Amino acid sequence: MDPHRKRNQALSLAAIAVVAAILYFADSGASDYQIRILNNCAIFAALAVSYNLINGVTGQFSLGPNAFLAIGAYTSALLTMSPLEKELSFIIDPVIWPLNEIQTPFYVSLLAAGSVSALFGLLMGFPVFRVRGDYLAIVTLGFGEVVRVVANNTQSVTNGPLGLKGIEAHTDLWWTSGFALATVFFVGRLVRSSYGMALKAIRYDETAAEAIGINTFWHKMLAFIVSAFFAGIGGGLLAHLITTISPSLFTFFLTFNLLIIIVLGGLGSTTGAVLAALLVTWGGEALRFVEEPMQIGPLDIPGIPGMRMVIFSLLLVLMMIFARQGIMGTREFSWNAVFSGIRRLQRGPGKAK
Amino acid sequence: MTELFRAENLTMQFGGLTAVSGFDLSLCRGEIVGLIGPNGAGKTTVFNMIAGYYTPSEGKILFEGKVLNGKKAHEITKLGIARTFQNIRLFPDLKVIENIMLAYHCRIRSSFFGAVFHFPLYRREEEEMMRKAMLLLNEVGLAESAEEQSSSLPYGKQRKLEIARALGTGPKLLLLDEPAAGMNPSETQELLDLILRLKEDFGLTILLIEHDMKFVMRICERIKVLDYGITIAEGTPLEIQKDSKVIEAYLGEVRTC
Repeated sequence: MDPHRKRNQALSLAAIAVVAAILYFADSGASDYQIRILNNCAIFAALAVSYNLINGVTGQFSLGPNAFLAIGAYTSALLTMSPLEKELSFIIDPVIWPLNEIQTPFYVSLLAAGSVSALFGLLMGFPVFRVRGDYLAIVTLGFGEVVRVVANNTQSVTNGPLGLKGIEAHTDLWWTSGFALATVFFVGRLVRSSYGMALKAIRYDETAAEAIGINTFWHKMLAFIVSAFFAGIGGGLLAHLITTISPSLFTFFLTFNLLIIIVLGGLGSTTGAVLAALLVTWGGEALRFVEEPMQIGPLDIPGIPGMRMVIFSLLLVLMMIFARQGIMGTREFSWNAVFSGIRRLQRGPGKAK
Repeated sequence: MTELFRAENLTMQFGGLTAVSGFDLSLCRGEIVGLIGPNGAGKTTVFNMIAGYYTPSEGKILFEGKVLNGKKAHEITKLGIARTFQNIRLFPDLKVIENIMLAYHCRIRSSFFGAVFHFPLYRREEEEMMRKAMLLLNEVGLAESAEEQSSSLPYGKQRKLEIARALGTGPKLLLLDEPAAGMNPSETQELLDLILRLKEDFGLTILLIEHDMKFVMRICERIKVLDYGITIAEGTPLEIQKDSKVIEAYLGEVRTC
């Protein structure tokens, strides 16, 4: 097949080693603030990649990842909190059995978060995939809201609007980067397999996909469930990173953020999703200075909270006008492409004419 | 010759409109049968009923003794009925070979976990898909375009690719919806030879819709003529050419002054 497979695998391993080394030094040397940003980058990269599987690759415009994040976050948080902690937190209604007695290790809670979220994906998929296009977007948007409203009102399970506090901060750089790597590996391999091709076929032409024997319903469901699984784990990691969760954290704006990321990266490109996640997460922090009071010449501008979002929106508008394909379009990173790029550069401008 | 396919009294109503009514058809193995008629006669509606996109309002469809009514399109494809579309429907951003490989995907035995983690079964199956796809591309003369994007192919080749993709699903009955549309005479001739060759090589039975009368008359053993959803004639190409009802449907009533 690919004559450069050995070389490419070696390069990939080397790249992972370099990133691991950087993370190792960051873990001991960087400030808490920097580590927090790195954690966010990794989690959002993984979330974007999994969201891109259903929205970009399969072309089903789902607006429900905030639901899966919420389900994952609550599931894992309720599993790792100690019974005593839960008793203290649930001041209005005590937490129901068996949640008041169990406590599991972190990794078990993450797997549970992914599984519960995937199960909800399965159940949600039946009504969702009866419709297409805009209707599908609205149905998934509805489910996202339903989950948030339910979380607000099931006092004895989620502690309602008070949320859960005192979740132990288990999430560290190794967990988040490992999760990002696993997601990219899994989704990347899936997209390149014949299952992935079938998903792309559904995006291009569902009727033609049916005509060549692809069970479009179950393939869409597959993408949805895989996406929900990783979103659930991401939610669990997020909960154990910020240590306090409440329903207001999982509004539509979370989905909206992810949507910006995958559109910016290029719908359908895993590489693009990762790059854009890093860019948006890091950029969001780097742009904080625009919200501070500043002096431009004679103008004295007071700090305007929310100014970052204005800049983001402007960027998005400009992108939709000038670069609708996003950073990567539907292309993917590959070592082969890098090498042929280098070769083209070496041949240089002399031969370009 | 044994019967492969039978449609009995097929009727399709959309609200108050009856698109096709009382359509009967029997196909023997190895036959090429044409379905012709003026625009809007209900030919594609018949295809859509057979291929499972529409559920007939009345009537029965039998394929190898099995009732197809109520089956989904992808199930019918797996049973052995493949189709092409009037307007070519390829997967534009996928490579030519990927378009064909996808046709084999419906018969893959690997689970998606096997595909993600490259289990030995999946590796074997993927190689097999690639090999078969390459053979099929050779068969239709597109092997040298295997790595190109399917949307970059010229029109005639896209038609061939769509036929090859349909063959990839392993059909016994092939439904071709206007295969010669938009082709020049030499391309049409080439297509005619190709269809006849594929029919022999793959042991196909073919039902085709076509407006190019020369093409239909030369390739089909039997022809059915639809007009306003009703079968107005049936017979060999020679019989059809002389049928007064057919001439009337195409050219209008003959006035005698």
